[in-house]
Amino acid sequence: MSEVIKVPTMAEFMAQGKNPEVLFWVGCAGSFDDRAKKISKAFAKLLNNAGVEFAVLGTEEGCSGDPAKRAGNEFLFQMQAMMNIQVLNGYEIKKIVTTCPHCFNTLKNEYPELGGTYEVMHHTQFLKSLLNEGRLKVEGGKFKGKRITFHDPCYLGRANNEYEAPRDLLRKLEVELVEMKRCKSRGLCCGAGGAQMFKEPENGDKDINIERTEEALETKPDVIAAGCPFCNTMMTDGVKGKEKEDSIEVMDVAEMIAAAADL
Amino acid sequence: MQYIPNILFLIVLVAGIGYFTKNIRKIIRNIKLGREADTSGNKSERWGNVVRIALGQSKMVVRPIAGLMHFVVYVGFVIINIEVLEIIIDGLFGTHRIFSFLGGFYDFLIASFEILALLVFIAVIIFWLRRNVQRIKRFLSPEMEGWPKNDGNLILYFEMVLMTLFIVLNAADLQLQNIGAEHYSRAGSFPVSQYLLPLLDGLSESTLIIIERAAWWLHIIGILIFLNYLYYSKHLHIILAFPNVYFGKLTTPGKFKNLESVTKEVKLMMDPNVDPFAAPPEGADAAEAPAKFGASDVMDLTTTQLLNAYTCTECGRCTSECPANQTGKKLSPRKIMMDTRDRLQEVGANIDANGSFQDDGKQLLGDYISTEELWACTTCNACVEACPVSIDPLSIIMDMRQYLVMEQSAAPTELNVTMTNIENNSAPWPFNQMDRANWIKE
Repeated sequence: MSEVIKVPTMAEFMAQGKNPEVLFWVGCAGSFDDRAKKISKAFAKLLNNAGVEFAVLGTEEGCSGDPAKRAGNEFLFQMQAMMNIQVLNGYEIKKIVTTCPHCFNTLKNEYPELGGTYEVMHHTQFLKSLLNEGRLKVEGGKFKGKRITFHDPCYLGRANNEYEAPRDLLRKLEVELVEMKRCKSRGLCCGAGGAQMFKEPENGDKDINIERTEEALETKPDVIAAGCPFCNTMMTDGVKGKEKEDSIEVMDVAEMIAAAADL
Repeated sequence: MQYIPNILFLIVLVAGIGYFTKNIRKIIRNIKLGREADTSGNKSERWGNVVRIALGQSKMVVRPIAGLMHFVVYVGFVIINIEVLEIIIDGLFGTHRIFSFLGGFYDFLIASFEILALLVFIAVIIFWLRRNVQRIKRFLSPEMEGWPKNDGNLILYFEMVLMTLFIVLNAADLQLQNIGAEHYSRAGSFPVSQYLLPLLDGLSESTLIIIERAAWWLHIIGILIFLNYLYYSKHLHIILAFPNVYFGKLTTPGKFKNLESVTKEVKLMMDPNVDPFAAPPEGADAAEAPAKFGASDVMDLTTTQLLNAYTCTECGRCTSECPANQTGKKLSPRKIMMDTRDRLQEVGANIDANGSFQDDGKQLLGDYISTEELWACTTCNACVEACPVSIDPLSIIMDMRQYLVMEQSAAPTELNVTMTNIENNSAPWPFNQMDRANWIKE
């Protein structure tokens, strides 16, 4: 892909003396991981399409500190948090949207005590608000009538009690939404949380992502929908492990909406 | 001479309640060994939780079969205790069925106790079958072998025996009423025990009195033994569930606490005006050692976490929802709670023996909970969500990880690489921060 998407930085807004409506916090996965970059692009396209004036921090963004904190390194977490808060407060950021539930949780819940208080939204919540305001059109397109199962990210669902925003968006895509046995507050983790993404799993009978993928496959989905770059990786690996990657796609909700609108 | 039973009863009662009180005080002392817990937040929200989660059992019914049966036993336990009040008064003053002056209402009470006793008996039988015949997986985890398994069954046997004694006592009483024995005036309605009458048919009055008295004494002594058994068993939840839910976490589950001691140091590090070689301010306690980061033993945990450990009744709902446990990893959130309690009891016994805690060369980390268990956690909050009484095993896992990483630098190698990356280039992977916006143009 070499098309150019309009993604201005905060520095550019600042130079023009303007403030964006919302800051898009891209996160490390969204910036560097090849699969997650596609989610960032799809989301940016949706924002542009809905006429949202947004900006990213670009090279001024740093890891939120979530993996450090969950690994037990509170020092490193707070260092990262304070550096990010200095940048965010410097730009007088009020509202943040992010495609990563881990960044979302940390920015929303753990930054305020350290001096960084913002309105933080997960991208599915933000897209839903755009939909409600009539700024975003979500139509079935290629997903109309397809069987879709949504995998709840722990840090969006159980951790922050948001189960409906992604499902509402999927329903708008006129898909046949099928739930896995363990869903919503009893949803099974993909296996990546708590810094597991960055280490080999401990010894066991099975990898967690395989267990979860098997459960997703039981619903006979055309697409496994996700709302987190790490879940996306874990489920994609699981689907490949089951040699189903030709028939079943793992897609972020934002990617699906963008694809349905041919963006 | 006629007061001997009353005096005997008083002695049994005082001994039973006294010994229990002594042990409860031990529990309170042990819990207070913990660090101060964050009990801030809205009091009415906390009471609301007690009403909804503890009294209302809102989280028990997530699993409908176990939830419903537990509700029967819970209601039975609470209601039948009104009868215990009558038993105590009768025992102390030598009266018989003192509340029978309530007339029709008394009949209603006794009838409902009997029906509840029967329902409790049936529920307890089903619980026993689930553990021993159906062998439900969550009751068979490695941490349940030996004492915890026997403990679970013993509690069920206790309840079966107590309910049986209650029904037998009523049946004998009813038969005595029927044959017009002295002191056994008409009182109560007996919808369940009346079916035992054929078994008692033809027995003499004195035999019936022996049966009635024996069942009565065994019932109240059984209750007192059961009360004292609580301290040695996993069954303390019948009392501690209420304070435990009250002190449960109020903030959103995803919010993990920020360590204030770290905040102070990080702020100092980032403040360009701070002189790192400055003398401590006047009046500061020079001897004040920096607090230990995280937890390696029970004394490093908070009072709420220690209360959690005593409250856990080893139902295993946490473990059966844990993704690590379901895929065969060593981690079991229930075991984290059981280990914490076992270690705390060991520390308590150490204090009992020595007056104050003497180093025993052991600690929670390593001697009870292994690092392999701690590193298997995905922090997904499934265990916290599953617990019917607001226990938070995840917070203990996190505190122990903090100790491993910040006090011992003992993270798994890959995580050390990750953390070094975050430190150097502000991402968990080795990419340059200056390349962070490259995705836009790719």
